[in-house]
Amino acid sequence: MATTTPAPPKPTPAGSPAPAPSAATPKSKNGGRVFTYIALTLFGVIFLFPLVFMFVSSLKPDSQILQDIDSPAAFLPVGDISLDNYFGVFDRVPVAQFLFNSILVTVLTVGLGLIVNSMAGFALSRLEWKGRIVVLALVIATLIVPFETIAVPMVYWVAQLPTLVIEGGVLKYDFGWLNTYEVQIVPFIANAFSIFLFTQYFSTIPKSLDEAARIDGASWFTIYRRILVPLSGPAFATVAILTFLPAWNQYLWPLMVVQKEELRPVMVGMQYFFQLNTAWGEVMAYTSLITLPVLIVFLVFQRAFVSSIAASGVKG
Amino acid sequence: MTVTPPTVAAETPRRSLRRFRSIKGRQTWAGLAMMAPAGILLVLFLGIPVILAFGLSFTNARLISPNPPRFVGLDNFMRAFTADPVFIDSVWNTIVFALVVVPVQAGLGLLLALLVNRRLRGVTAFRVIFFIPVVTSIVVVSILWKFMYQEDGLINSMIDMLTFGAWSGVDWLNNPNTALGAIIVLSIWQAVGFHMIIWLAGLQTIPEELYEAAKMDGAGPWRQFTAVTWPGLRPTMVFVLVTITIAALGLFVQVDVMTQGGPVNSTTTIVFHAVRKGYEQQEIGYAAAISLIFFVAVLIIALIQRRLTREKA
Repeated sequence: MATTTPAPPKPTPAGSPAPAPSAATPKSKNGGRVFTYIALTLFGVIFLFPLVFMFVSSLKPDSQILQDIDSPAAFLPVGDISLDNYFGVFDRVPVAQFLFNSILVTVLTVGLGLIVNSMAGFALSRLEWKGRIVVLALVIATLIVPFETIAVPMVYWVAQLPTLVIEGGVLKYDFGWLNTYEVQIVPFIANAFSIFLFTQYFSTIPKSLDEAARIDGASWFTIYRRILVPLSGPAFATVAILTFLPAWNQYLWPLMVVQKEELRPVMVGMQYFFQLNTAWGEVMAYTSLITLPVLIVFLVFQRAFVSSIAASGVKG
Repeated sequence: MTVTPPTVAAETPRRSLRRFRSIKGRQTWAGLAMMAPAGILLVLFLGIPVILAFGLSFTNARLISPNPPRFVGLDNFMRAFTADPVFIDSVWNTIVFALVVVPVQAGLGLLLALLVNRRLRGVTAFRVIFFIPVVTSIVVVSILWKFMYQEDGLINSMIDMLTFGAWSGVDWLNNPNTALGAIIVLSIWQAVGFHMIIWLAGLQTIPEELYEAAKMDGAGPWRQFTAVTWPGLRPTMVFVLVTITIAALGLFVQVDVMTQGGPVNSTTTIVFHAVRKGYEQQEIGYAAAISLIFFVAVLIIALIQRRLTREKA
């Protein structure tokens, strides 16, 4: 897929001034500037209003939401404002358990993925071994397989995998990964795109470093651990961010393979709100609750986020 | 591997050759060992499911069944194209969705990228704002918009306000004529920021000197765009088009959360249909066949897109 222009994931800081095509004369430059600000503001409103509406509505009882919907008050925290919906959410579903599950799954998927995929990237970019080219080609070829196409056969497959279970204090051998944590984590650790990004990045680091370390008697694993990993911060950040979002937002997969309430992640937890009469205030409180952590992480690391996405696209 | 440590170079040719071989051998071991964890996982959770999808599509396998799967040849594929009108609807809806979303989202993403690729105060804040929907889960986005699309919801009350009551809107998601359109709008809203960033990265690879030269030749903003910007964005365009197309063909969550394929199958999609058949109705064999048709379609479209965009270059 990307045999041409192997551009390394070079971070392009979002805040740095962009080389901008500016208009010819000062006069049209000013006009262009005003027009740009008007357009930016218009789009800004379009991109923000649904989320502002969500956060504001989460603070209002359903009657207040309906009453405000015909006026700008829909976007303002006015009227009967309280955190009642949030308390209601905690009464209705095991929010803490869902959050714990999502955090556990996300941290392990991203963390183990960084280790496993960076090691594979190291093997593919810096070691000469038989079959390297074939394996690299296979990894790149798998980039084209959309997860949706293998999701259903995968359910069939994981339902037959062997697993260890503890039953009454005894470790037993059993089959079937349905309703476990590992079924939400293990299939997503190895990631062809992450391997590809690591391979690209590692190949930009001078190989003379490896040779010097070899003369000093370092093993290949030591070279990976002590030289490549510390030099590849941007690559690790990119992969961490690109795998964090899908891990946190998992929906289709856990919906199919996890029926036990106590093992389900936050996104699937949504289902508990749509019975009989939907209490929209509580729904908005729950969606706000599961969106806020991601928004905070994004706003804190927005530079890294933007450059990671950019790095994933520059490969051409 | 021509660089050998000085100590080795001083040895006899034969010994250095053996040494060379053993270095090579150890590298093979190290390579295999470090590739193994990812390699095994990829085989287990990508390779085998792909082979299974292929194999199961020729059987009548069910998720939970006392009978072992039986080989049924091309029956599943025949059924999809001749005896399953919902599948045909799904294919049609998926195509319509992709045909609208791909050009509109790519174009809008480019427009936004051009707007934020200027040396202006506060432009970074707008980049962040445009990107916020991307980090918001599509499940959350779907629920939020479902709420806004209600007959007495926010969208209709806004339309009512903007048109001074001249047009009072419809029940967007419960009307077969508007449901798919409603899903298209929120899908573009959610993902366009992602592609804005990709376009922006592409714009920043175009050397400033080209614009200087174009300006010297008296090119206005539009001419600069057609002569410098657009040709410079060609590799980015391939990437953007391929990723949007593949994502658009995989439309699932929005449908599952908002409409469940209705009303009257106006929003069912290929992936939604496969999941409904394979998971809810337990017909794994048939679902695998639909998945296989979907994969072949994705593959063909991706190849055509690459071929088309490459030839122009």
